[in-house]
Amino acid sequence: MMLHSILFYVFAGIMFGAALGVILSRNPVHSVMFLVFTFFNAAILWLLAEAEFLAIVLVLVYVGAVMVLFLFVVMMLDVNVEAAKRGLTRYAPLGIGLALIMAIELINVIWLRDQGEGAALDFVDLPEGYSNTKALGSVLYTEHFYAFEIAAVILLLAIIAAITLTMRKRPGLKVQNISKQVAVRAKDRVRLVKMDAEKKQ
Amino acid sequence: MIGLQHYLTVAAMLFVLSIVGIIINRKNLILLLMCIELMLLAVNTNFIAFSRFLGDETGQVFVFFILTVAAAEAAIGLAILVVLFRNRRSIAVQELNTLKG
Repeated sequence: MMLHSILFYVFAGIMFGAALGVILSRNPVHSVMFLVFTFFNAAILWLLAEAEFLAIVLVLVYVGAVMVLFLFVVMMLDVNVEAAKRGLTRYAPLGIGLALIMAIELINVIWLRDQGEGAALDFVDLPEGYSNTKALGSVLYTEHFYAFEIAAVILLLAIIAAITLTMRKRPGLKVQNISKQVAVRAKDRVRLVKMDAEKKQ
Repeated sequence: MIGLQHYLTVAAMLFVLSIVGIIINRKNLILLLMCIELMLLAVNTNFIAFSRFLGDETGQVFVFFILTVAAAEAAIGLAILVVLFRNRRSIAVQELNTLKG
């Protein structure tokens, strides 16, 4: 249990530092890298909370696909770093003040319960042989099956939307016209000419 | 002993940090999207902590769906960003005033 606490504090601290790196670094590429690091540490925290399946999904799907997409777009767009830097400090005091107020409020609310009864909010130990993936699957494919299918439709929608948005027509590009090709008949292409046979001389 | 409140505190700090990020990085659309991702991560951490605390897997199912929707949102948002950059040659927020009339 002691090791558990130490690991939690270490990775939570690293995650906090990485999140600071996301919002403070000048270069968007560094921001994405820090975001990837934040996601890794969050996955470790989820592992410590024994949500193994989602931790692995976060690393494989989220870091492996979505963050790489981010990185791809950031590198492709070639953003002007100098222009984005201007005017950073004007709203910084307001933001930090707001953040301090919000953080104090939230942490007060979270720890309010602790003053009465002591360690009532600790996690209980899971039963022997508990499998997170099995438990999640047995709920996901029965009770929440309808939502699961809607999630699939949302992903399809995202694919279609992303392709339609970014596809562009270039003028003068040579492409096939499939319907024209299919509709063509032999009569249009081949002309049969009737003529007498040649005589041997 | 690590309990519910530790996880909620970490998630709250992450959420506040992403709000600060949105305020101080208003100029950069990509960073705004990244801060939204951070916010979703904080919310997911809350869901997982409560799911573990209550011994109920429904919270983790919810995280699953949030991840799905966030992936779709990121894909469409980045596609819009690419189209915007192609048309305007810039993604600075203060130059997006075409709809002002």
